[in-house]
Order: sequence, then structure tokens, then C-alpha cells
Amino acid sequence: MKLDAKIPSGPLASKWVRHRSEVKLVNPANKRKLSVIVVGTGLAGASAAASLAELGFAVKAFCFQDSPRRAHSIAAQGGINAAKNYQNDGDSVHRLFYDTIKGGDFRSREANVHRLAEVSGAIIDQCVAQGVPFARDYGGFLANRSFGGAQVSRTFYARGQTGQQLLLGAYQALERMIAAGSVQMFSRHEMLELVVVNGHCKGIIARDLVTGALERHAADAVVLGTGGYANVFFLSTNAKASNVTAIWRAHKKGAAFANPCYTQIHPTCIPVAGEHQSKLTLMSESLRNDGRVWVPKNAEDRTKAPRQIAESDRDYYLERKYPSYGNLAPRDIASRGAKQVCDEGRGVGPGGLGVYLDFANAISRLGEATIKERYGNLFEMYERITGEDAYKVPMRIFPAVHYTMGGLWVDYNLMSSIEGLHVIGEANFSDHGANRLGASALMQGLADGYFVLPYTIGAYLAGSKAPRPDVTHPAFAEAEAAARAQLDRLLAIRGKRTVLSYHRELGKILWNECGMARNKAGLEKALRAIPPLRAEFWENLNVLGSGAELNQSLEYAGRVADFMEFAELLCQDALHREESCGGHFREEHQTEDGEATRDDERFAYVAAWEYGGPGKSTLHKEPLVYEEVKMATRSYK
Amino acid sequence: MKLTLKVWRQTSAKSRGKLVEYAAPDVSPDMSFLEMLDVVNEGLIAKGEEPIAFDHDCREGICGACSLMIDGEAHGPENLTTTCQLHMRKFNDGDTITIEPFRARAFPVIKDLVVDRAPFDRIIAAGGYVSVSTGSAPDGNAIPIPKDDAETAMDAAQCIGCGACVAACKNASAALFVSAKIAHLATLPQGRVEREARALSMLAQADHEGFGGCTNTNACEAACPKGISVSFIAQANREYLRAVVKKA
Repeated sequence: MKLDAKIPSGPLASKWVRHRSEVKLVNPANKRKLSVIVVGTGLAGASAAASLAELGFAVKAFCFQDSPRRAHSIAAQGGINAAKNYQNDGDSVHRLFYDTIKGGDFRSREANVHRLAEVSGAIIDQCVAQGVPFARDYGGFLANRSFGGAQVSRTFYARGQTGQQLLLGAYQALERMIAAGSVQMFSRHEMLELVVVNGHCKGIIARDLVTGALERHAADAVVLGTGGYANVFFLSTNAKASNVTAIWRAHKKGAAFANPCYTQIHPTCIPVAGEHQSKLTLMSESLRNDGRVWVPKNAEDRTKAPRQIAESDRDYYLERKYPSYGNLAPRDIASRGAKQVCDEGRGVGPGGLGVYLDFANAISRLGEATIKERYGNLFEMYERITGEDAYKVPMRIFPAVHYTMGGLWVDYNLMSSIEGLHVIGEANFSDHGANRLGASALMQGLADGYFVLPYTIGAYLAGSKAPRPDVTHPAFAEAEAAARAQLDRLLAIRGKRTVLSYHRELGKILWNECGMARNKAGLEKALRAIPPLRAEFWENLNVLGSGAELNQSLEYAGRVADFMEFAELLCQDALHREESCGGHFREEHQTEDGEATRDDERFAYVAAWEYGGPGKSTLHKEPLVYEEVKMATRSYK
Repeated sequence: MKLTLKVWRQTSAKSRGKLVEYAAPDVSPDMSFLEMLDVVNEGLIAKGEEPIAFDHDCREGICGACSLMIDGEAHGPENLTTTCQLHMRKFNDGDTITIEPFRARAFPVIKDLVVDRAPFDRIIAAGGYVSVSTGSAPDGNAIPIPKDDAETAMDAAQCIGCGACVAACKNASAALFVSAKIAHLATLPQGRVEREARALSMLAQADHEGFGGCTNTNACEAACPKGISVSFIAQANREYLRAVVKKA
């Protein structure tokens, strides 16, 4: 496998502008003859499907939800970054670029990140024009707030529902194109196989989740915007049905999987309440603007009521350790800080797995009304889940798996190592390195869908000589047979255990051995534990019902089957990367005061894995060559 | 907590359904309603019975996938709360809880508690957007929008499209859903260009889908997990009237 990132030559700041003007165009008359399949309708998928349809391509869009409006982008709370410099506080494309590269711990591709910063402003313009009701100040102009990892205020927001409003904007653009007949929408459809013909990706096999029918869909190119794989940990902030299936099955057909071990643990989630817990709920990072994180200085105080603990007996550990960023330290650092104080026995709440996020200061400084205006819905959500009033007692928070920076490897044109297969949004690997900054996921999803892919897909479509096959092509029959065989096999086991019980067991292995902190012994233990669990899954699983109806257990079983294979690659990648960077913290590689130690000599590369069977993947390396930025030790002190 | 559930079971759109009684003997007050159903389903599978099908995804009250009539109320007894965020501490030990799908002719049952809400997508496709193609937008700050207008637009725009308004309405009217989108866009300058065409086509599509008319009972607002106000229905009616008069 040869990985050519196809980064344009020339100075960093002009690469994109030049590439955009030089990339091949498809003749307008030919566009409607060319079809593109877009799988997933989150920010990336919906914006791409709408934009490609506006350009004239015939688009087929797929989502497993009952409506494209429900993709998990909708749950993003805090905001979207853009280098508008509306606050006149010194922001610029370069500064957003640099913050993102630094936040990613110098493990992302320089040219991609610069492009992301360049198009960030146009995203805001586009969304405002769609009617996204961003927060405004009294003069009627757009308001901003600060987010972790930045010293400028560049985050645009719509209360605590920014993801919802941006997604509805993209969804409405998509519905407009559906009404125009330019997009054919397939809701409650799940992609099960990719169809590759002579090395080119030319279609998918999708299952109609209501009838159970397998369908063949051919196209000139395929785009996956199917999100991240955080649910491999079972408990995460992702929606229940978020999964790795589309990108994993593409990986098995030849798409390289990059940096699977880069997973983000979000510091501000509501702690686990019991064994029945089915998912974790995030409290937006924007809360750290006004909330102060602390635990008792003395472990014996941890069961006291928080308001009974004197100021002098509290440890505001983020402010203490990182005076210049304080409570706004990046996510990975804030999460590890919480783990550290809990490991020291100073954690609060059930099981000692929590830290306080306290608004008492902000409320006395700004008044309860201001705090309510800024975070009202988050406080309500907290109360619904915990039964506690955060205006009166501090919130309890704990880190949870939230986002995955790894994903399918793509080149500068967002094309994977399979010709014609493009990957956008969280499903690809390219922009966030080893750690994503807050409010950057929405930016990347929409950048890819609105302003990058619509240009770069032309490089493939205009240049490719591979014709779109008919669905009667043997490659379709073969892919459909593979999908059917797996479904039949899952239904035929009729063993003793449920899908949920296997998923939970797999998740525990990963959280314990490959979570916030990782080490060689633990990862080897996980790699020993996963294959037997997978084998048992295939022998003792119990999925009732048939494949010819709506069967939610069967859908879930297919997704967990893929997690069972993928988990091994994740641990393998974590084991091979003998350094600490961003969300990947190897305990063997830290300074005396517990800070991550990166190893640029040995690991300044993208780890792209080629599938060779479970546990038998081959490592390929794309060196990270920085033309402008100097790799530096990340410091937020 | 020990609970008794009466759950609507229906194998497919074409079959007849019925309420089936299940015991939920080991429920923790900290569980969400859907986590309670997860536990019941695990028990059913262990006994070789097919689990109860229900729509859900984000489980944090924003995707709008979850639904359910719980003791006759859309999303259950707690105000401003989706089923996924309803917690069992709101119920009492020994309670019997009846769980049914959202009922409306325009929302046919697919299986058990899962209904087809695709009509909502078609209503949005009929005009619930601003016709702005990617790339043609002016600078975000080019048009100042009074803060109050932006806030009002947001109040309407936060609809999650769950369908509780339809389920709660004796006429199965989609008035609140449709008017929330009409009001959101008509409140902003970006949306005013197409306001007349939008109001006419979205309301016509809602009628076409088989949703009933609005008779101002306000049951929709009471059931809405996001607290969308019925004042938007009045605003949408004005938009409609305006469009009809302008057209004539």
C-alpha cells in the first residue's frame, strides 16, 4: 500500500487557494450524469450531500436514523470555531491554524489544518445565511465565547444547542435538494458493504432496516461521513447507534485506518450512576468558562457536603497547575487531571469518581440570571439526570469518551486509499491530530462538507476513467452475499448471551486498559482478552427474530461484531505508539510531574493500518513533515 | 422499585397490536426510562421472547428519536423532558405504567413502539429552509439582527421534531411543528424573502400528509419537551394570512 498525501507544493498559506483553482473541474453538462453516494447525514454528510447536489451531481444519501435530522452532530452543545476576529482580540487564520495544530499535539497534517482554518469564516457566513440563530450581542452582531486551548474568543454558538442548529441548517439545505429531485434520500438504511470494482469504489450494499431487504446502489464515487467509533468503549457520550461499521467494512475492503488509538476523553461529563448506565452525558466544555474545577485537598473531606469545605481546604488543581489557561486547559490535560486526583483518593460522589465544577464564584460575580442565560439548558439537563440543582451545589463531573480523532486515512483531497472512496468529518483522521480542541468538530464537519469535498471530489470524478458499473456486476453480487452471510450467521447462533452484555464487556476491557492512561502490560492484557471474547460472541450470541423485518437486535449485533474486530486494532495501535501525545497517554512516557512526553524522533508520523485479518494488520507510516510550524512541547502552564 | 408495564406490541404495520403486561421487578430510581426498558428487554431475550422495539439514539434529549405515550402522555409525566431524560425517580414503587406508540394517522406504526415520522421531513422539504446555495452567503455580520429577534428565532428553532405535539393533539395536528419552522425563519431577515411561499407550501404539505387542523387546545405546548410556545402557531397563521392576501 502506497500512501501519497498529495499535499500541494508551495507556501503553506497559499496551498489551498492554488489547489482549489487548479483542481480539475467536471463539465457542468456531465455533472448530472455523475452520481455520488453519501453515507451518513451529520454535519459532514448532510452538508456534502446538499452542496454536491447544488453543483448538479446526482446524489443518493443514506442514514440509519428515521430522519437525516437526527444524526449525532445534533448533540454538540458548545459551539463552532472560526477565525473571524470579530472580537478584535488578535485572532487570525494563522492563529486558529496554530492553536489547532498545537492542540492536536503536533500529530495532524499541517496543510489540512491550515485549510480548515482558512475556510472557517465562510462556514459562519453560510450558516447565518441559512437562518442559524447564533447568539448575538445588543448591537445585533454575532457573539463569541472562549473555549479550551485558545486565548482568543472565536467560538460562535446558539445557546447550548449549536450542533443542533448547524445540523438543522445542513438538513434543511439537504431537504431543499431532496425536494428539487437532486438528492434521493434513504432513511432507515444502513450501509453494510462497500463495493469495489477494479480498485475503484463504485457502490454500497445497504440494508433497508424496516423490511430487512438488501439493496445494491451503484455510483461514480462514494463518500462516508459516518462519524466516530467512541462506542467501542460501550459507555461514551455518543448516541447509542453510533458505530464503526461503515468505516470498518471499508477498511476491510482496503481503506487504511489511521491513528485508531487517538481517542478523546472529555473532561466534563455527568458521572456514572450504576451498572444500568447506557450512555454518558456531556456537559459542554463552555461551562469551564465560568465554572471552577476543584476537589478537596484532603481525602478525608471527600464525603463532606461541598459547601462545608473551607476555601483553604479546596484544591483548584487546574488553576494551580496551569496558571495561564487554568480551567480552560485542553481536554486531554483536564481529563488526566481529574483521573490523577481521583487516583489519589480525592474524588467526590459515588465511588470517588468525580470532581466538582463550581459556579458559586461566577454566580456571585455575574448574578444567577447571567449564568442562566449562558448555560440554562445545561443546568436543567444536569438536574434532570442527577436530581441536583447546580445553582446551589457544585456539579459533579468526570471524564468520558467523547470523540475519536482517528479514522480512515485520507489524502489532501479527502480520498481514502481506495480510489473513489472519500471520507469526511469525524470518520476521517486528518485535522485533529492526537487531540481535538473544543468547537473544532463542527468546524471540520462543515468545512469538509461545504467547502472542501465539493472541490476536491472533482479531482477524482474529472480524472477517473473508471466507469460506473451496473448493479448486476459480480462485485455487487459478491458484496451482497457477504452481507447476507453475516446477517444469517448472527441469527443462526441462538446462544445464551445478549448483544448488550458482550458490548458492555468489551467496553470495560477498553476503558480499563486503553482509556485515559495506557501502558504496555495493560494493552497486552487487552489484546489477550479481546480474541476469546470475540470467539465467544460468535458462538454464544442470542439474536431473536428474523432478518426480514425491523430487528434492532440484529442491527446492534452487526455493529458490535465490528467493534469486536476493531477493538483489537485500536489496542494494537496504542501499544505500538510508545510515546504520549494528546489523548494517547502512555504511562511509561511522562515527566516527573505527570506531563505527557512526546517522541518526535520516532513517532512523528501517521500510523495507517492495512487490514490483513483480525489482529493481523500491517503498519504503514506517513511522515508528518512540517514546513512552517516547529514541533514544540505543548505547554499550557 | 417493582413496576408493572403494559406495553403495546405489534409485529408489523399490517398486523393488529395489543397491550402486553410485563413485570419490571428490579428498577433503580436512577435509571432513565429507556434504561428501564433496556433491562426489561434483556430479561425478555433471556426468556426467548423478542425485545420491545422503540426508537431512541442520543439519549440526551436532543435528537428527537425517542417518543412513547407513557400513561397517556407524550414523553411521560415530566414537563419539558423527553422520554430518554425521564428518570424512574419520578415514578413510585408498585406503579403500573402503560406504554404506547405515538398515535396519529400520519404516523403509522412500523413495529411495537416505533412509528414512521417521515411526514415531518416532507413538510420541511416543502419549504422549511432558506434557498441559499453553498458559497453565496455574505459576511455573517453583514446583516445585524436584533438580539431579541435572534432569541425568538432560537426559541422556535429548538424544535427537535419528535412529534409529541401531534401525539398530544386530539386532532393529530402538526400545527406546532410546522409553525415553529415558519416562525423561526420568518423572524429572521434571511428567511423573509421566501416567507409567503414557505407558509403556503408547508401548511399545504401538512394537510396533504393527513395531519388534522388546529383547534387551539394548546395540548401541543404542554406536551412539547422543548417548551415551544403556541404563540408561534398564531404567528404562522398571520404568515399564512399575509401570504394568501398578497397572492390575491
